[in-house]
Amino acid sequence: MNGNNDVDLFDIAHKEREEQAAFRRTVLCCGSTACLSGGAQAAIDAIQTAVSEKGLAQEARVVATGCMGLCSRGPLVKVRTRGEADVLYADVDAEIATRIAEEHLGAGKPIEEAQLSLEHPFFARQIRVVLENMGEIDPNRIEDYIAHGGYRALRDAVTTMTPAGVVGVIQRSGLRGRGGGGYPAGMKWSLLAKAPSDQKSIIANGDEGDPGAYMDRTVMEDDPHRVLEGMAIAAFATGAVKGYIYVRAEYPVAVRRLEQAIRQAKRNKLLGKNLFGGEFSFDVEIRIGAGAFVCGEETALMASIMGKRGTPVLRPPYPTERGLWGHPSMINNVETLANVPTILRRGPDWFADIGTETSRGTKVFALAGKLENTGLIEVPMGITLREIVEEIGGGVPGGKTFKAAQTGGPSGGCIPVKHIDTPVDYDSLMALGSIMGSGGLIVMDEDVSMPEVARFFMRFCMDESCGKCLPCRAGTYEMHELLEALLAGRGTAATLTRLETLCDVVRTNSLCGLGQTAPNPVLSTLHYFRSEYDSLLVPEGAHLAGLPGAHGMAASAAERSA
Amino acid sequence: MSALRAAAAGTVGAGRVAAGPPPSDDPRSALLTTQLKKVRYRADALIEVLHAVQDIYGFLSPAVLETVADALELPPSRVLGVATFYHLFTFEARGDHTCTVCTGTACFVKGADALLASVSDNFDVPKGGTRDDRSLSLLEARCIGSCGLAPAALVDGAMVAKATPDRLVEVIRSAMAAAPAADAGEPESAAGGVA
Repeated sequence: MNGNNDVDLFDIAHKEREEQAAFRRTVLCCGSTACLSGGAQAAIDAIQTAVSEKGLAQEARVVATGCMGLCSRGPLVKVRTRGEADVLYADVDAEIATRIAEEHLGAGKPIEEAQLSLEHPFFARQIRVVLENMGEIDPNRIEDYIAHGGYRALRDAVTTMTPAGVVGVIQRSGLRGRGGGGYPAGMKWSLLAKAPSDQKSIIANGDEGDPGAYMDRTVMEDDPHRVLEGMAIAAFATGAVKGYIYVRAEYPVAVRRLEQAIRQAKRNKLLGKNLFGGEFSFDVEIRIGAGAFVCGEETALMASIMGKRGTPVLRPPYPTERGLWGHPSMINNVETLANVPTILRRGPDWFADIGTETSRGTKVFALAGKLENTGLIEVPMGITLREIVEEIGGGVPGGKTFKAAQTGGPSGGCIPVKHIDTPVDYDSLMALGSIMGSGGLIVMDEDVSMPEVARFFMRFCMDESCGKCLPCRAGTYEMHELLEALLAGRGTAATLTRLETLCDVVRTNSLCGLGQTAPNPVLSTLHYFRSEYDSLLVPEGAHLAGLPGAHGMAASAAERSA
Repeated sequence: MSALRAAAAGTVGAGRVAAGPPPSDDPRSALLTTQLKKVRYRADALIEVLHAVQDIYGFLSPAVLETVADALELPPSRVLGVATFYHLFTFEARGDHTCTVCTGTACFVKGADALLASVSDNFDVPKGGTRDDRSLSLLEARCIGSCGLAPAALVDGAMVAKATPDRLVEVIRSAMAAAPAADAGEPESAAGGVA
């Protein structure tokens, strides 16, 4: 110990590892939100009860961990025995849980029929960087995080590197923003580092608004210290003194886990004043959203943190010039920050070796929709959509066929089957009219109507438009009306033309990303599935049939006000 | 206006301005005062305070918004503006029970519309509204982040995973047959009740 404020990570890690090593077996039970809602608590309780009743408490340690990924087969339980291969159990109800304790832990005989092979492509095809601790550590205990190498990257950065050196590592790694846009993280960091101010702040964007995405939620809930460590490293590198985590109010577990993690980090002097006995001080505060998709936009998010309506303002000035309360600020997505500790620990070259030339590293996806295996996956950039859908996802169930994959949520698009061999990286998806987005990947089969998908997202954008600029406020409403008309059999060729024109108007004239990208789901489904729109069209005049005395503008006005 | 604000200030703001207990004996106003103290009456904590108000009262009433405006020294227009901007804030009391159907993309693809229609028809409750007898509210959630278990719904905060219309109706029916929900006020905090 070299000072009052120093923390001996080695001591904590060593003690924790010794304690864990005293047990011959570890039973890792997925205690993530998804598995808990599938009955994981009953399974965990059953195992714990059986373990203590059978007198196995000295031998087997039962841990409620974070998400193991394969949510559709949860609750999941993994039994790890010293000197043996891990055994994974799926669909664990209380009965199987009791049997695991009695037969596997007690009698040493794994239950064959309840097992799922860890060689299963769902697991075998993944590379875990951001999710490396998921299913391995207890998210409620900082000691477990430290025993798995946590906070080492922060200590090494603060005690052995210069801020510019840390920025350089992030730049060399090629890490790009994981929130959707893909802006180079190192460049953003260097902008903040150059900003002259002693009131700079780092904001972790955990306002995961895309419907169909829960990567950030899982990281915040199941490995909260990773987010804090990433933020602290970013703060050291850029000279920031204050951090904010902006979390959706829909994620109360994430809020509780982060609050707890902040308390633990402060108690262990990993957050606060004069960290590691040096000059660097950093504090983190949580801010909770209240249900507004637009708050994923940087300037709207900052308005919300300051307790205001979340309406965006024109950039420049960018947040790195003028951010929270006028001071330079930097907003990084939660997943971006969660990559940082690992990049520092394993080196930028290791990270840059994963992925493609322009998209380095991995991406976490929430795999959902019409697939055999759904859940949370982390794959190297550049993997093909086919590998994700057919190998990891196990293909479309029920003898149905794959029709399209939707990425990027309301700002993204649908990728049709003819492009299923496209590598999944920022630029390839952009070229297909979609975006990487924050990581929702929803598979649709032949039963899903593409105009209905377009209407679904347009309704979302219409509801979520903040109302500040006209193209977005009125345009999304009007586009939704036109889609409604088409789907109700009231649309003519002119309706479709009008829709396409509006797409262009809204895309090019809206103030922020919400409006600029709102037409994407329409444009991409029109591009790849135009025949579905064409089949909805009725001849000119026929759409007015049955409306007594109605014609032209009066009719459509009446429809609209109805 | 100033008279109204002064009256509202009597319940909470007075706790700060003058010493002594607030004149109102409603225990909820003491809870709100605690929350306001916790955020040190900072104006930028408005959203946190509104969350607290909704947790305590179940919804945001004009009187409480006035109180908040006064306590944080903000114009009432600013408080109302923020309260109406965010979707999670509600201005009317919810029913005794709530069913929240997730309408995220994964749930949409897997039939959230059928869930909503079935609950609405079976219980004669409008989407996004409350039954006339206030026994049930039917809400839509943007995405509850349980996409691997789609389609999903929450009944009084408990998750119904991979729901079918029939099963969801059954779960609601048994929830309504049992005792009234302890806290059906806010589905979002209920979502956390899963853990």
